Amino acid sequence: MAELSGQDLTLIRGNRCLFQGLDFTVGSGELLMVEGPNGSGKTSLLRAIAGLIDPDEGVVRWDNTNVKKNRQSFHALLVWMGHRPGFAGDLTLIENLRFEAGLRSMTMSTADHQLRRLKISTLVDIPFRALSAGQQRRVALARMCLADAPLWLMDEPFTNMDAEGQALVVDVLREHLQDGGLCVMATHQRFELDATIRRIKLT
Amino acid sequence: MPGLLAGFAAVVRRDLHLAWRRPGDVLNPLFFFAIVSTLFPLAVGPDADQLALNGPGVLWVAALLAALLSLNSVFLNDHEDGTLDQLLLSPQPLPLLALAKSTAHWLVSGLPLVLVSPLVALSFQMPARATTVMMLTLALGTVSLSMLGAIGAGLTVGLNRGNALLSLLILPLAMPMLIFGARTVSLAAAGDAASAGIYFLGAYCVLALSLAPFATAAALRISNE
Repeated sequence: MAELSGQDLTLIRGNRCLFQGLDFTVGSGELLMVEGPNGSGKTSLLRAIAGLIDPDEGVVRWDNTNVKKNRQSFHALLVWMGHRPGFAGDLTLIENLRFEAGLRSMTMSTADHQLRRLKISTLVDIPFRALSAGQQRRVALARMCLADAPLWLMDEPFTNMDAEGQALVVDVLREHLQDGGLCVMATHQRFELDATIRRIKLT
Repeated sequence: MPGLLAGFAAVVRRDLHLAWRRPGDVLNPLFFFAIVSTLFPLAVGPDADQLALNGPGVLWVAALLAALLSLNSVFLNDHEDGTLDQLLLSPQPLPLLALAKSTAHWLVSGLPLVLVSPLVALSFQMPARATTVMMLTLALGTVSLSMLGAIGAGLTVGLNRGNALLSLLILPLAMPMLIFGARTVSLAAAGDAASAGIYFLGAYCVLALSLAPFATAAALRISNE
């Protein structure tokens, strides 16, 4: 059973304290929802958990080990879906995914299946920039599905998605949690999910 | 997880692939280099002695500025499309990925410059031996510049108009290369021994290759906060 926890997290940006003394715990098969109005620090919290920014105080632990002790091995456990797609616009979908597979552990043998499921299998030879915003989000979702990482960090995964796309997000998330994965998600979206959901409310 | 070599190769292959899709980024610095250094003989006149005297300096300055032109874009696109976040969060060591980015940058900007330089040297009536020395010094110099320049590119990646700042950061580090590079080619053209300058540039290049990727990785972490 894996467990991600944050203890006493404090983050100050400029003169503003985004959050202070924040604690959370999320275990295998659980979803941690980060909620709050725009500008309340949801993205910053996710970035702090991932290690893209250093919190001013507090520690993030994976299985009771401070993730700062070995960042690389922690990065091998997580996969990130941010606002920006993280793919080169001039490369095709499949070229982008193959590049990712060179960096991190990914199950490319299931790529065909996953791309079909996400309804983007016909777009593999089109440059990424030519895809619509919603299709680009689906490719980012494909990265999550293919990566062999227990921890998903998702920042507003429903943005730009149509109803079918939003249902797909919930679908793949349910599967991931059932396989013992964890997810930390910043979102405003309400959705049904039969899993333990923990919540953080930022103000 | 893919090994270190696979990670390095993936980044280099991707950047070469991208350069192939956007040939303008590769050709612009090359045109700049060719134009500046061919305009110069037209402006100063066809006197062979004078051209031979000025040639090494002009070629080195033109090459340096051309290489600087392309430095700004090393991490810019990756920052804008979010790939940089993915690189920072990849399980591969960041200095290795930084080395891969610099290597790819040299392959698409430095190497073409070195290969084109003998053609340009023709217009300065440079002797054959000096041309060989010039190619060698330019090769060592552009490798160093790609490595050192990545530090500046990493530091300024989050800033709008970081280009001027980048030049200010990198030019002082490039000065020794310019001085030794141009002087070494002059010595070779005059028929003197040129090995001392080449050794110096070689040492500088090794230093840049081994230390700059770590500095670049630290710079990227800072500017991505």
